[in-house]
Amino acid sequence: MAQAPELKLVPTPGQTIGPFYGYALPFEKGNELVNQAHPAAVRLHGVVYDGNGEVIPDSMLEIWQADEHGNVASADGSLVRDGYTFTGFGRVPVDNVGHYTFTTVNPGPTEEGKAPFIMLTVFARGLLNRLFTRIYLPEDTEALANDPLLASLPEDRRKTLIAAREEDGSLRFDIRLQGEDETVFLSYPRES
Amino acid sequence: MSTQTAPDESFENAHVLDPAASTASQEDISTEIRDIHEAYRQQVLAGAKEETQPRVDFAPYRSSLLRHPTKNLHHTDPETIELHSPAFGQRDVHILESDLTIQHNGEPIGERIVVAGRVLDGDGRPVAGQLIEVWQANAAGRYVHKRDQHPAPIDPNFTGVGRAITGPNGEYSFTTIKPAPYPWKNHHNAWRPAHIHFSLFGTDFTQRMITQMYFPGDPLFALDPIYQAITDQKARDRLVATYDHSITSHEWATGYNWDIVLTGSNRTWMEDEEGDH
Ligand SMILES: [Fe+2]
Repeated sequence: MAQAPELKLVPTPGQTIGPFYGYALPFEKGNELVNQAHPAAVRLHGVVYDGNGEVIPDSMLEIWQADEHGNVASADGSLVRDGYTFTGFGRVPVDNVGHYTFTTVNPGPTEEGKAPFIMLTVFARGLLNRLFTRIYLPEDTEALANDPLLASLPEDRRKTLIAAREEDGSLRFDIRLQGEDETVFLSYPRES
Repeated sequence: MSTQTAPDESFENAHVLDPAASTASQEDISTEIRDIHEAYRQQVLAGAKEETQPRVDFAPYRSSLLRHPTKNLHHTDPETIELHSPAFGQRDVHILESDLTIQHNGEPIGERIVVAGRVLDGDGRPVAGQLIEVWQANAAGRYVHKRDQHPAPIDPNFTGVGRAITGPNGEYSFTTIKPAPYPWKNHHNAWRPAHIHFSLFGTDFTQRMITQMYFPGDPLFALDPIYQAITDQKARDRLVATYDHSITSHEWATGYNWDIVLTGSNRTWMEDEEGDH
């Protein structure tokens, strides 16, 4: 990829989401990208941990993903879901044992041969700026092997980005903000 | 309104007491902040790049100790999904949600203000038609949130939650009540400067951000480890709104201007480049 052009303006700093977002940001069916009755519905769930391996009970997660055919959604209506339109966006506050659940679909590859993944953003009290990461689907091992990001990571770090498929078809993805098996968090071009 | 149906919070009061809460004094915290800032200044003098974002590893903010990654962020080039962002529109947000003073039957108590500005990307382009969300304490420094145990009055006429969709030039405007400072448990006698929480989306999901807007001249700035986690004064200043008499309206509300700059879009330049070939 060519060199990204310089920014003209300096971005505004982020700050922590703090402890009191719970009455403000979550919205009804925020974690239901599709209805549970949708034929392709999949549960994506996991736990958010701190550096001591303790659960974080006041974190909020957002996902953004393509639909099961790899199409990027462009429809509005995430905040007021009609139950039919796939908007690709979900938001969920973790529960008081740090656990989250989304109901979604397995994203398809956005291009032929690409490893499909869900984009994840993590916010928490105590976390001074949001963190980005990717949740890869585990199945297409060839695509995973060819993925530029995964290829640039050592084996033990790579596995923190690949969800586990559970027996009932659910995707399991835990997030570790710190410590052993710390999740790989990402930066992108043009952040400053 | 959505704020009436927010999901019930089942947190125990135990969580109000941060496990990392310390008995440090303000002087201890201020000394830690001063030392980190001094080390940063030396670093810049020695040629290091100026910082524009908060540190995630900032010990004076005790809750950050176990909640920051210790490894560097891993740089990656964005893939297709990362070059796009969810769409929001009038289906999602009612036009009246940008006025936080009309959500109940009566008028909220406090200093009525208008906060207005523009959302831009790092190239200076307006971010149009995107979601912007705010939440804040009331004029007494109290949140409606269950976990807020500060013994200051709740205002039955003020929830403190607003939303808007940015206009064609990235513009937004919220009518609200000026929030008060409030105490928290980071250290003994810890107080947050008055602030409004802001949540923003860009044209690429990599531009997603949550931050806090502050008011000019707040005497608590120097004491606050969350604000001071931004080590660079110029960067800190970017979170402070400006009093703007052209936003102030006759016999109604005082006005503040605050423009927000997101990171740079990668979609635009990558598409332009593709077009070049
Ligand atoms: Fe706050």
